[in-house]
Amino acid sequence: MQATRPDKEYLEFLAQGRFMLQRRRPDATPFFYPRVAEPGTGSTDLEWIEASGFGTVHATTVVRVRPPQADYNVAIVELDEGPRMMSRIEGVAAADVRIGMRVHTRIVPFEDHHAVIFVPLDGETPTEELQP
Amino acid sequence: MIGDRRTPTALIGAATFGIGEAPGFTSMDLASRAALAALEESGLSLSQVDGLFIALPNDFLSGLSFAEYLGIQPKLTNNNRTGGSAFLTQMNVAAHALAAGEIDVALVAYGSNQRTGVGGLVSAAGPNLYEKPYSPRLPVSGYALAASRHMHEFGTTRDHFYAVAKTAREWAMLNPEAFLRKPLSREEYDNARMVSDPLSVLDCCLVTDGAAAAVMVRKDWADGRTAAYLLGVGEATDHYQIAQMPDLTTSAAKASSARAYAQARITVSDIDVVQLYDAFTINMILFLEDLGFCKKGEGGDFVASGAIGPGGQLPVNTNGGGLACVHPGMYGLFTIVEAYRQLTGTAGDRQVAADLAVAHANGGFLSSQVTAVLGSAATL
Repeated sequence: MQATRPDKEYLEFLAQGRFMLQRRRPDATPFFYPRVAEPGTGSTDLEWIEASGFGTVHATTVVRVRPPQADYNVAIVELDEGPRMMSRIEGVAAADVRIGMRVHTRIVPFEDHHAVIFVPLDGETPTEELQP
Repeated sequence: MIGDRRTPTALIGAATFGIGEAPGFTSMDLASRAALAALEESGLSLSQVDGLFIALPNDFLSGLSFAEYLGIQPKLTNNNRTGGSAFLTQMNVAAHALAAGEIDVALVAYGSNQRTGVGGLVSAAGPNLYEKPYSPRLPVSGYALAASRHMHEFGTTRDHFYAVAKTAREWAMLNPEAFLRKPLSREEYDNARMVSDPLSVLDCCLVTDGAAAAVMVRKDWADGRTAAYLLGVGEATDHYQIAQMPDLTTSAAKASSARAYAQARITVSDIDVVQLYDAFTINMILFLEDLGFCKKGEGGDFVASGAIGPGGQLPVNTNGGGLACVHPGMYGLFTIVEAYRQLTGTAGDRQVAADLAVAHANGGFLSSQVTAVLGSAATL
């Protein structure tokens, strides 16, 4: 499929429960975030592939907020396919997220669309909806 | 030849205004006062300015509004926006335009009232579709993520961050203009409210009012005047969003500084004094490494050794920097003003012996890096 409207198509896949990445055909390294062309080459010969959902925490922070809100995690996750993305690790205390931790995706509702978060492999079930 | 600055341009005036709290002034008022002070120092008049360079935090057409406010009709207007590094990119353009004879007098200015006027840091950058769901507290969280990686890879600690914050205060205590002129105890640092781990409020730059300006001309215009010379400028940018940074522990400052040093035909050991954009304590460590003052991963030990403080082997941020002197949203131009003051012997109690200075500014989320090499007349 040609990616002509990257954000729109990405969100439509998420709504179907599929976390998709783009790559240049036939088998270049996938990239993230979605674009109309491969960064660096400008190639528009792109296809969507389904991500494995596995990744590794590459960097992490705890965003502190005033009670009664709870502090929360923001992380950069390196996907097994190569690219990195900002996300949140749930199912573990924000302060217990560690660089190098293996994680797996969950697709959760966010505003009027969806977003990808991660939980530790063998972790607990995350909350149903992303609450900033 | 491209990249050669054998005919350098000269800064013949540089000034600040309204550092700290300047209630009642608009950002444009502040920028204008700094601009007029820099012009007065240069001995030139407002009507001689034919190149205007500015980027205000919340005025995306400030190149137009500033020209109108000053009542001038510049031949060249530049409102480039790369975050806090914008003013050094503008000086790069100004130097080329001066050298080409397109303009004769460049005025570079910035001002913001964001402490007393709008009550908080103004950010031109909000999170996008791929950041918003996670609510990063930008810009702090971006730098916190980079800091987490530096700690992981190199064993950098908050002891090192404390050394950066404490040293900034030591310099600020020598600068009557600085906003925070008191020492920083370890206890106060440790008790500070965390904002985005590992960075606390005392790892973050100030939110103050303030303005800065500089006047640039060709070298021949500077003869007989007090001047500092722009010997090289290098720019580099390698991402925008923090998650897209190719290597969270090595910034594009490595490339920008290499370009600037090559243009100026210097090596890092020639540099006498350094002014870095210290938006957060981690920046100081990253940039000292990337600019070549110590090896990658050794920035923490370098700052903790006392090398960068008053009396140290490499004076860094002699005005107190963004952490202790002034940070009105975008700090870049203040690195230039302080370098100018050190090179022209007008830095008062904090004066160091310096013929060669580096000013380095950062924009975005470690995204844009710009390094300028400035020298005294002795370096020509």
